[in-house]
Amino acid sequence: MDIFLQAMINGVTLGSIYGLIAIGYTMVFGIIGMVNFAHGDVFMLSAFVALILFLILTQLLGITNVALAFVIVLVGAMAITALWNWAIERVAYRPLRGSFRLAPLISAIGMSIFLSNMVQVIQGPRNKTIPPMFEKNIALTSGGSYDVTLSYKQIVIMVSTTLLMAAFWYLVQKTPLGRAQRACEQDRKMAALLGIDVDRTISLTFVIGAALAAVAGVLYLSYYGVVSFADGFVPGVKAFTAAVLGGIGSLPGAVLGGLLIGLIEVLWSTYVSTDYKDVAAFSILAITLIFMPTGLLGRPEIEKV
Amino acid sequence: MTTIIEAAPGRKAAPGRDGAPTPMLSIRGLQTFYGKICALKGIDMDVNEGEIVTLIGANGAGKSTLMMTIFGSPRAREGSITYEGRDITRLPTHEIARLEIAQSPEGRRIFPRMTVYENLQMGAAINGFAHFDRDLERAFTIFPRLKERAQQRGGTLSGGEQQMLAIARALMSRPRLLLLDEPSLGLAPLIVKQIFDVIRDLNKTEGLTVFLVEQNAFHALKLADRGYVMVNGLITLSGTGKELLSRPEVRAAYLEGGH
Ligand SMILES: Nc1ncnc2c1ncn2[C@@H]1O[C@H](COP(=O)(O)OP(=O)(O)O)[C@@H](O)[C@H]1O
Ligand SMILES: [Mg+2]
Repeated sequence: MDIFLQAMINGVTLGSIYGLIAIGYTMVFGIIGMVNFAHGDVFMLSAFVALILFLILTQLLGITNVALAFVIVLVGAMAITALWNWAIERVAYRPLRGSFRLAPLISAIGMSIFLSNMVQVIQGPRNKTIPPMFEKNIALTSGGSYDVTLSYKQIVIMVSTTLLMAAFWYLVQKTPLGRAQRACEQDRKMAALLGIDVDRTISLTFVIGAALAAVAGVLYLSYYGVVSFADGFVPGVKAFTAAVLGGIGSLPGAVLGGLLIGLIEVLWSTYVSTDYKDVAAFSILAITLIFMPTGLLGRPEIEKV
Repeated sequence: MTTIIEAAPGRKAAPGRDGAPTPMLSIRGLQTFYGKICALKGIDMDVNEGEIVTLIGANGAGKSTLMMTIFGSPRAREGSITYEGRDITRLPTHEIARLEIAQSPEGRRIFPRMTVYENLQMGAAINGFAHFDRDLERAFTIFPRLKERAQQRGGTLSGGEQQMLAIARALMSRPRLLLLDEPSLGLAPLIVKQIFDVIRDLNKTEGLTVFLVEQNAFHALKLADRGYVMVNGLITLSGTGKELLSRPEVRAAYLEGGH
C-alpha cells in the first residue's frame, strides 16, 4: 500500500511534466492539424536554456537564493524557448502552409533532427548536470518498512504545474487572445472573415506551447538534475502519447493523458519492470490509435474543413 | 450613418446615383480560379450605398465564390474589387474584415464549440469591444431568441437560430456593408420571412447596405432594389428587382415552383 502511494506521488509528478508538453502537441494539432514532431526537442532545448540560465545566475552572478534563481530561470526559459518556437514556425512551417499535407510534417521531423544535432554540437554529447535543488523530503508515513515521501522538488513541480495550467486555462477560455485561438481552431476561414489575423494566432499557439514545454523542461531538469541532447525524443513521444490518449485537440485531455501516462509509467516500473517502462507508453499509443482514435476526451471528428 | 426614409419599398435613389455615382462596392472583370477551374469568368457589378442588391443563380453558378473573393479567400486572379474607393483586391482577408464590411457566409459557419455569447464576442473582435454591451443589446433586440440561448453552444442551435446568430455576429462589428450568402437555405418559411424582415428593417432604419446571395429568387428579388443573375461564373442579367421578377427567362429558370 505504501509502495502504491509512493508510486502515485511519483506518477503524478512525472505526469504533470508530460501534461505540460502534451498541451503543446494538442494545441498545434488543434489549430493546424499537424503533429509537431519537433516539440519534444523544443522541450529538450528549453531544459538546456534553463541549465545555462541557472549556471549564469548561480556561478556568474552568485545568486544563492534557490527559489529566486528557480523563478528567474523559469521565466527566462519560457521566454527564450517561446521565441525559438516562434522562429521555428516562421521559418519551417508557415511557408509550407497550403502545401501538400505531409510537407509541414516532414519539415517538423527535419526541425527535430536539427534541434537535437545543434544542441549536441554546441553543448556536447554528454549528459549535463546541475547541482541538486530543493533537496528536502517530507515523510508522509514513517515507522513502517517503507517510508512514503514527498520531496520538495515534487511539491514545486505540482504547484508550478497547477498554477501555470490555471493561468493557461484562463488565457484560453477568458481572454480575447484565447478566444481567437479557439476560433481559429474551430474554423480558420471564419475567424479571418471576422478580422482575426490567423497567421498571428497560429504563431501565438506555438509561443504558448513552447512556454509550457519550457516549464516542463525546467521542472524536468530540476527533478532529474541531468539533461542530454537526446532527451527530446522519449519524453516527447510520451507526451504525444498523452495527447493522443486524452484525445488530440482536447486541452483537458492533454492534462488527463499526461497524468495517466505518468502514473502508468511509474506503476509499471514499480510492479512490472523498469526496463520496459518506455514500452508501456508506446504500447498505449498503439492501442489508443487502434481502438480509440479519438481518445478519452476527444470528440469524434466528423469533418474538418 | 445616414438614415434613408423611403416611401415605396425597394425604390430608392442611392446617394450620388444621379450625379457622379461612386458605388460603395465596385467589382470589375473579376476572375477566380480553383486550381485550373475557372469559377468566376469576369464579373462586373456595383453595390451602391443604402441599397439591397441581390445575386441569384443556380447551385454552382459561383455566387459563394464571389462572396468569398470579395474577402480575398480565394484570391482573385484578374480584375479588381474596390470598396469605398479603395482597392481591396490584394488585401489580406482579416484586413478586409476591418473595413466595415461583414459577411454571413454560406453554411453560416457558427463556431460550434463556442457559446452564442462567445460567437458574438468574436464578431466584435475587431473593434476592441469599445461598444460591445450596446451592440450586444441591439443584437438581442433584433433576435430575442439569441438572448435566451446566450450560454448555449453554437453547434447545438437549430438552423434558424444559427442563421440569426450568423447575422447578429456579422452585425457586431458595425459594418456598413453586409454580405449575406443564402440566409434562407434550409429554413422554414416562417423563419425565412422573419430573417428577410430583419434585413429590410436594417436597411430601412439604419441605412445598412446589403449584398444578398439567394437561391430563393422570388423573396430576394422582391426585397432587393437591384439584382444580378449569375450563370456559370458570368453575370447574364441585371436590373431592378421588379424588372428581373417580370423577365420570362428569370421566371422560367428561378421562379417556377420556387415559391
Ligand atoms: N473549394 C473549392 N474547390 C474547388 N472547386 C470549388 C470550390 N468551391 C466551389 N467550387 C466550384 O466552383 C463553382 C462555383 O461554386 P460556388 O461558388 O459554391 O457556387 P454557388 O454558391 O453559386 O452555388 C462550382 O462549380 C464548385 O464546384
Ligand atoms: Mg453557394
